[in-house]
Amino acid sequence: MKLLTHNMLTSHVKGVVKGYPLLIKATEVKMNEVEFNPQFVSRMIPKLEWSALVQAAEELGHREDLPGELMAEYEKDEEFLKKVHRVLLEVEVIEGCLQCPESGREFPITRGIPNMLLNEDEV
Amino acid sequence: MSSSCRRPEHTAPPEVFYNEDEAKKYSQNSRMIEIQTQMSERAVELLNLPEGQPCFLLDVGCGSGLSGDYLSEEGHYWVGVDISTAMLDVALDREVEGDLLLGDMGQGMPFRPGTFDGCVSISALQWLCNADKRTHSPPKRLYTFFSTLYSCLSRGSRAVFQLYPENSEQLELITTQAMKAGFGGGMVVDYPNSSKAKKFFLCLFAGFTGALPKGLGSETSDRTNRNQVQFSGQRCRFKNMKGKSLKKGRDWILEKKERRRRQGRDVRADTKYTGRQRRPHF
Repeated sequence: MKLLTHNMLTSHVKGVVKGYPLLIKATEVKMNEVEFNPQFVSRMIPKLEWSALVQAAEELGHREDLPGELMAEYEKDEEFLKKVHRVLLEVEVIEGCLQCPESGREFPITRGIPNMLLNEDEV
Repeated sequence: MSSSCRRPEHTAPPEVFYNEDEAKKYSQNSRMIEIQTQMSERAVELLNLPEGQPCFLLDVGCGSGLSGDYLSEEGHYWVGVDISTAMLDVALDREVEGDLLLGDMGQGMPFRPGTFDGCVSISALQWLCNADKRTHSPPKRLYTFFSTLYSCLSRGSRAVFQLYPENSEQLELITTQAMKAGFGGGMVVDYPNSSKAKKFFLCLFAGFTGALPKGLGSETSDRTNRNQVQFSGQRCRFKNMKGKSLKKGRDWILEKKERRRRQGRDVRADTKYTGRQRRPHF
């Protein structure tokens, strides 16, 4: 699971109102090289929940001096876009689990695929 | 439509039906791969994405990631959701570029509002119309799916579903639930005159009203003005009023070629040689 996906994922357990951001408890993290596309990264940045991304990167130990606050005119700063690209698309959680901050429900991650299936009483 | 025992939805729930054997077909059977790729091409065309812009898409029922491959080829980024672990394992082995999730459509899409620029789904939606467990209610599951999907799409984006509907009631159930969730749009049928090449696409618009695109091969069957009787100043010759033309004649051949063209098949162009008699041989 890439951090881009993590940034978009919420918990959909019954009764949970916000369920965001999911806590990552990773046991195995891998770097996977992906082609850099500045247009896509700068398009995705306004959609991101920045604080959640920084927090997730911190938890995995891949923060790489990302600023805590989003700066203005990031589109022109290629160095910054490259850093964001690395964190968003190249850091992959292979094994571990995601935890809903509200209900405490855990979603296991195996071979990089989070299991978001719910039990019947949670729908 | 094929008999009910041949529909995979009737044999087992999707997570059981798509086991290792079935999943293997999707990475080895070249015919299956070709059809899946063709359908994803058409689905992406119907999505009408802005040109030259990498988009973030959702692939519902991504399976082994055949449709995702086409999306990556077009330069888009995608997240795939599927319920079958065997199919997702095949996707992992094929090293697809998108991110994968194990999830059930009927339980809703677990994403933040406005995440995706579009959604594609190839041959997955019809699975939602079956109740595989005692607690399943197809209308409710469809509604949960569509309402959560509506929220996770950005405004003005589209969702395109290729599906194999069993009957018209099923289609109606699906479209009613989609409209209830706030979507606009409707069905696009490609090659409506052919039983084999006919393909159903459910084209949904999130917060946007636009004209529904035309199905391929349906132009000839459409009359220009549906509410009016066709009128022409010419008188109809009595010969033409008798229905079908004489077999093996030039008119018969032309008619047959036109019919096949409407079915979306490969047909030679009409020339002066079409239906012409050959010179006599001894």
